[in-house]
Amino acid sequence: MPSATEEDFMYAIEEAGDWREPILCYLQRGELPRDKVEAGRMQYKAWRRTKYEFEIHHLKQDVSTQSVDNGGSSSGDGGDCSLEKNSRKRRHNLRRPSKSTASMAAHRTTALHKTLATAVLATRHLSTAAITVETSLPFTAHKIDPPSRSVETSPQELLTFFRDMALMRRMEIAADSLYKAKLIRGFCHLYDGQEAVAVGMEAAINNKDCIITAYRDHCLFLGRGGTLLEAFAELMGRKDGCSKGKGGSMHFYKKEGGFYGGHGIVGAQVPLGCGLAFAQKYSKDENVTFALYGDGAANQGQLFEALNMAALWDLPAILVCENNHYGMGTAEWRAAKSPAYYKRGDYVPGLKVDGMDAFAVKQACKFAKEHALKNGPIILEMDTYRYHGHSMSDPGSTYRTRDEISGVRQERDPIERIRKLVLAHDLATEKELKDTEKEIRKEVDEAIAKAKESPLPDPSDLFTNVYVKGYGVEAFGADRKELRGVLP
Amino acid sequence: MAAMLQSLGAASASVVSSDHSIKLPPAFSLPVVRSEARSISGPINATRKTGKLITKAVAAKAENPASAASKPGHELLLFEALREGLEEEMGRDPRVCVFGEDVGHYGGSYKVTKDLAKKYGDLRVLDTPIAENSFTGMAVGAAMTGLRPVVEGMNMGFLLLAFNQISDNCGMLHYTSGGQFTIPTVIRGPGGVGRQLGAEHSQRLESYFQSIPGIQLVACSTPYNAKGLMKAAIRSENPVVLFEHVLLYNLKERIPDEEYVLSLEEAEMVRPGEHVTILTYSRMRYHVMQAAKTLVNKGYDPEVIDIRSLKPFDLYTIGNSVKKTHRVLIVEECMRTGGIGASLTAAINENFHDYLDAPIVCLSSQDVPTPYAGTLEEWTVVQPPQIVAAVEKLCQ
Repeated sequence: MPSATEEDFMYAIEEAGDWREPILCYLQRGELPRDKVEAGRMQYKAWRRTKYEFEIHHLKQDVSTQSVDNGGSSSGDGGDCSLEKNSRKRRHNLRRPSKSTASMAAHRTTALHKTLATAVLATRHLSTAAITVETSLPFTAHKIDPPSRSVETSPQELLTFFRDMALMRRMEIAADSLYKAKLIRGFCHLYDGQEAVAVGMEAAINNKDCIITAYRDHCLFLGRGGTLLEAFAELMGRKDGCSKGKGGSMHFYKKEGGFYGGHGIVGAQVPLGCGLAFAQKYSKDENVTFALYGDGAANQGQLFEALNMAALWDLPAILVCENNHYGMGTAEWRAAKSPAYYKRGDYVPGLKVDGMDAFAVKQACKFAKEHALKNGPIILEMDTYRYHGHSMSDPGSTYRTRDEISGVRQERDPIERIRKLVLAHDLATEKELKDTEKEIRKEVDEAIAKAKESPLPDPSDLFTNVYVKGYGVEAFGADRKELRGVLP
Repeated sequence: MAAMLQSLGAASASVVSSDHSIKLPPAFSLPVVRSEARSISGPINATRKTGKLITKAVAAKAENPASAASKPGHELLLFEALREGLEEEMGRDPRVCVFGEDVGHYGGSYKVTKDLAKKYGDLRVLDTPIAENSFTGMAVGAAMTGLRPVVEGMNMGFLLLAFNQISDNCGMLHYTSGGQFTIPTVIRGPGGVGRQLGAEHSQRLESYFQSIPGIQLVACSTPYNAKGLMKAAIRSENPVVLFEHVLLYNLKERIPDEEYVLSLEEAEMVRPGEHVTILTYSRMRYHVMQAAKTLVNKGYDPEVIDIRSLKPFDLYTIGNSVKKTHRVLIVEECMRTGGIGASLTAAINENFHDYLDAPIVCLSSQDVPTPYAGTLEEWTVVQPPQIVAAVEKLCQ
């Protein structure tokens, strides 16, 4: 390698980089950014990675044969190379690398990549040490002391979060294509962008707790134990759907999982949620109900009626406002005089949470559950965002700019956050995560294929489940002679 | 006759009256035929034996204690019968609870839930704030987990505020969840035209609810069927709307001591006859029976059936009657347009057209908001002279 003086330049690789570019440059050619501090950081990062066939991979933590310093943890900002995005040519100082990259590569590649399947992730030796993660923002509280920002988690949980959120994201994107292919009809409200709320909430509760939500329910259904086949079959109106094809996108239910739907009328699910909480208090089981609604529904009167009753009788109800800032096409500031939804409970305490951070959601839900069991209702406002429009018939760009959507996607995407955390804590390599995503994609495609094979309901199913066969009750039509349906 | 009925109505409409028994002039009598008390277990088309013809079903004067003890059963008023039914069901099944305004400490605005809160506690007999939409929603939510709430609307007209919850969630959840959830709620309350209560408190809501798929509608008219229907409604796995009438709460009758539950889809044969079938329900039953007395004096023999089940209709009983008499008159308090009578006319025409000698006549209340003035209010609902005239015309 030629030694460099200040005047010598080397041009970097042409494409504007992702964060791996400069590291690759350094490992391949020993190029470093001009700024000394940045150069130091670059070398440090490069020590922890190795080049293997044009990819950069992390080292395993327990590879002790290397003379590599494994200390410290960069908290998830591995992408920051302080390079300008727009400039395509780089000027770097050349410096002699302090270690031979070739030998490093030789050492480390053998220890990695036995297989590329996600089985690696599962069987991978992960330290069971607890990891403490800081939430992105502090909690804002109304009439209550907010919980701490530090969340305890474990490597297994981090990977599960990644997998679950990637699955939900994939399912919603697949539903998008199915809708455009006219296999899903009617209304289809997609949840991509908001996955952190579903996944974080699930992590904090058990399946005796109840969740009830409005029509954006596909991912919450998955979180509560619903299968992909049931979801897709229901969306396509087939018999194998969770509601036997008779409910549709807006009516997913899972009784065993404690998921109570799935409701089309905005706001009507909140009194139902308070009713579930009432039943929990009546039966004296120590469980809570999460009643989710959106920023549009937050202006419904029945919400405040239900909240009044819940507070009056100390029901274990947690009202969660998934504030994605748009009530269909109307921005929140145009619909609500006070868009601080967590404060609108007035006498009921509230907490505002960054809904794109799964750990903040988890912490808030855990905190809310403890509060509700002792003191009655609490409101959580999840500050989240949906990438799609309100539903598939809404392009989503007439009332907001594409820059805003892509901005949120870059800055706050929940899956990216988990990905960075996973990579920063060395729990998986970039390639392994990509393989997980590929596997998920395959799983979703298989479920769709299976759902397509599922038959449409029989004509006789038109009359089943209208009434329940009960005491002295046999439902016919108005014409008693003709038995219209076989009651289950 | 009308004046006496008015005095009956005037006494019963007073909600804070502590005088439970109605003293009527001795000449007043209502012939009532009661089917035998039995719990519903046999097939629907079992032959029904008619009981003794009991005159003076409404007590003319306070009975001699000695003679009262010898007769079977006990005497009570309609609202007490409802309370008895509710209390028995609450004692039998701990999941039964009551939601409503002023049902707890106040005892219920028509005293149907009197003393129940003292017995069962504030959580089981829940005093709700004035928020019909959400407490009906709460009842549906509680029912989804297995509780069996009884929702009281202080007046059926107030349940219009809860229409979304009743229609979408109560009626449809069993279907849209593919059978996963059942909603065993009972929604009950007084409705109908009272004694000059004004337009908004005198609504006939049967017509509004009848199209909702998934719910059953029943209307009670006597203490006997009130208790039986209340019990059946609570035990039913389907959501049931039980219509009571403001003016009927103080009717007195002797009902059996034994437990009985009536079928929710059965009609009641009030008076068998030969010439014309009169179908009625709720308060109009009494107008019809009054008119029947006049008709009998004039030589007609009307068959009076209290249909009780407004959705679904008991077309079996009705059909048998139509096949016998070939003439049908429907007398109801519901609105003319889109009312129960309209549906019933259509159903009978579709199914029993060949058996009819004359077109079906349907007497309903006028399509107007109930006026306050007494005379106008009287003309809003069907009166006995109108019934007599209609039967005479029909039987020509």
